[in-house]
Amino acid sequence: MIAEIGHYALVLAFILAAVQSTVPLWGAARGDRRLTAVAAPAALLQLLLVGIAFLALMQAYIASDFSLANVAANSHSAKPLLYKITGVWANHEGSMVLWVLILALFGAAVAGLGGNLPETLRARVLAIQGMIGTGFLAFILFTSNPFLRVFPPPLDGAGLNPLLQDPGLAFHPPMLYLGYVGFSMAFSFAIAALIEGRVDPAWARWVRPWTLAAWSFLTLGIALGSWWAYYELGWGGWWFWDPVENASFMPWLAGTALLHSAIVVEKRGALKAWTVLLAILAFSLSLMGTFLVRSGVLTSVHAFATDPQRGLFILVLLALTIGGSLALFALRAPRLKGGGVFAPISREGALVLNNLLLTTATLTVFVGTLYPLVLDALGGGKISVGPPYFEATFVPLMIPTLIAVAIGPMLAWKRGDLRTALARLRLAMGAVLIVALGTLALADADTALAALGTGLAAWLIAGAAVEWADRVRLFRMPLAGFLARARHLPRAAWGMTLAHAGLGLLVAGITGSSAWQTERIQVMQPGDAVELAGYEVTLVSVGEADGPNYTAERAQFRVESGGRLVTTLAPEKRFYPVEGRQTTEAAIHTTLLADLYAVIGEADGQGGWTTRIYHNPLVPWIWAGCLVMVAGGAVSLTDRRHRVGAPARPRPSPTPATA
Amino acid sequence: MRQAIYLLPLVLFLLLAGTIGWFMTKNEIEDRDTQALPSVLIDQPAPQFDLPPLAGIAPGLARADLGGRPALVNFFASWCLPCRAEHPILMALAEEGAVAIYGVNYKDPEADARDWLEALGNRYERIGIDATGRTAIEWGVYGVPETFVIDAKGRVRYRHVGPVLERDMERTIRPLLAEIGG
Repeated sequence: MIAEIGHYALVLAFILAAVQSTVPLWGAARGDRRLTAVAAPAALLQLLLVGIAFLALMQAYIASDFSLANVAANSHSAKPLLYKITGVWANHEGSMVLWVLILALFGAAVAGLGGNLPETLRARVLAIQGMIGTGFLAFILFTSNPFLRVFPPPLDGAGLNPLLQDPGLAFHPPMLYLGYVGFSMAFSFAIAALIEGRVDPAWARWVRPWTLAAWSFLTLGIALGSWWAYYELGWGGWWFWDPVENASFMPWLAGTALLHSAIVVEKRGALKAWTVLLAILAFSLSLMGTFLVRSGVLTSVHAFATDPQRGLFILVLLALTIGGSLALFALRAPRLKGGGVFAPISREGALVLNNLLLTTATLTVFVGTLYPLVLDALGGGKISVGPPYFEATFVPLMIPTLIAVAIGPMLAWKRGDLRTALARLRLAMGAVLIVALGTLALADADTALAALGTGLAAWLIAGAAVEWADRVRLFRMPLAGFLARARHLPRAAWGMTLAHAGLGLLVAGITGSSAWQTERIQVMQPGDAVELAGYEVTLVSVGEADGPNYTAERAQFRVESGGRLVTTLAPEKRFYPVEGRQTTEAAIHTTLLADLYAVIGEADGQGGWTTRIYHNPLVPWIWAGCLVMVAGGAVSLTDRRHRVGAPARPRPSPTPATA
Repeated sequence: MRQAIYLLPLVLFLLLAGTIGWFMTKNEIEDRDTQALPSVLIDQPAPQFDLPPLAGIAPGLARADLGGRPALVNFFASWCLPCRAEHPILMALAEEGAVAIYGVNYKDPEADARDWLEALGNRYERIGIDATGRTAIEWGVYGVPETFVIDAKGRVRYRHVGPVLERDMERTIRPLLAEIGG
């Protein structure tokens, strides 16, 4: 019964979305306020209906209602409650419902908080949101309905892929989707602006916080996914340039570019058409991310759907959305009046450079991701261009990008002076010199690249610190004045400082893990020891351990340094009988400067086990850097300029620009 | 003219969508079981090359080592996931001893290749290190893994793109080896 209510709510939501995507648009074109007024209540009701459907599905999972085909295929009564709940979105159908729920959430946010938006703009934005919703709800109802019954119901379910039964991955999809779907806001605003034929700073002031929020969630989602890959896959790596990873990385790159170009639109009224294009691009790549992962193009743990009908549906949806919006762009973008003129060396110029480099980087990732897929479609089999390709194309693009990150904020708007900017950064340059030379002196292998990496990290962190110190006039005025300045510093400025410094931490982590990782792979018997990075790791024993829905072999390692016990590590190899699959659980000891990482493999039948021990310097900084970047996004979002109702905008005269 | 630039994104997208669409429809008609891609090298002598060994694991590989008996030349790398999948299947064939299996280690730091082979086991008779990817270009390799079947006269008889799975081994590679080995 509850499942039928959920199904019914989805059907109603579909019809409502169709209404929401047409009536307000028509009303905005005719200037009929009775019709545009439909948009906001429709969006709020949409959230209610999709919310009901989502809760109905969640109830079926918690109650283990195996009369639903979806629950029977993806859940099991012996699964811990947490994974029953997260199981809702750990499968294709449920994850699509989550996608639509988040879309409805954003739509309702525009309806609820967008009171100060011009009436026609708000109606059009909500109509575009409605169109996306219509497409996805149709997709769910016609090809991926989670509420279909199965008769007779099985006694128990087939279980959930054990790799997905993990806290890191449980919250990875919602974060990722908040990011992906978050870019639908920028997209809807971009399309609405194209229809209106106008992009003003008020538009950018609305788009920026939503893009920032989406970007922060996406950053967190990617970091969670990468963290999961690091400790669950047991290979000691945290990023594999896997198509699934790239699928989420491309919208992130495009979103980062959008975030920065939206600043230029807001502050200077320039780069309008470009910003609109980036918004289309970021959302298109988000859709493609959904498609790449969901259509079964990629055969990995992510490929839940292998039905060609679904693939075709998503492909048509993609072609209509991207093709349609780009056609509209071709028609209408020439009308967007560009604003402020600026010299190449200026804050705007630096942001343009940032945009060019980031979009080129997006393109290189795109080529490296799609080329193997196209080749596979051609009948060429699954090949991998792998890290060498990305190291040869993506990494060189990032070097000038990262150098520019610290210089950009030092340049003035309109016309900047590179020499003054660099002079203000001389402290940061000193830091770079010390760190890079220190790296060269201390390390032995791969020194040139490692010094470049640590130097760039120092540049970003010190650059962010110097810029902040400049703004608050640290050491240049009495303490009270400095504190007052720090207090009054806009939150957005704090956010930028944090995000750029976080990027520095991330670069340091990447450098450390790729330059100085050491590993030992061997067969060990209890009592055997290996030496690694100054640690002596001894295999004490291997025993049985049982979990709620798995059995495991658990190893005990004693880790000593200079004869002193540091810690014990207990990696596991788990077997999930319901699903008939094995997983590895790495044991990690972190000192914040480095991780000691142990994995247990197969038994050799003679009392020994294959073991892998890694020493991963600076890897914790990768996650720390991501968290600091997300914190920067969050702090910036609390800026009073973004708050609802804060400085009252001059209300533009409601002239329909399209007339 | 200034208008034209706004058309560019749409044109690029249509080109891309058209290409992908064409591949996808084309592929439904063809039999996708064979992962054979045409190669200009088929029935031609294998190209010239001379690659250094992976010290301590296996001797190096050169053009002069091909010929005399049927062989597989397998391009692999430690960073390549499909290579992990095909590795045990190739090694099982090597264990039978009838066919020489040579490896070309593609754009891989030597230490990584060594660790990888130590962890997964090595049955390659010879391994050449192609650090620059130069030899892969000579062979027309798209990416890793790729495997070439070489006959006793040192000619390339078959090219397989992507991992050699059980199915490929049974359906194409073994029959071909039986044919050229006899």
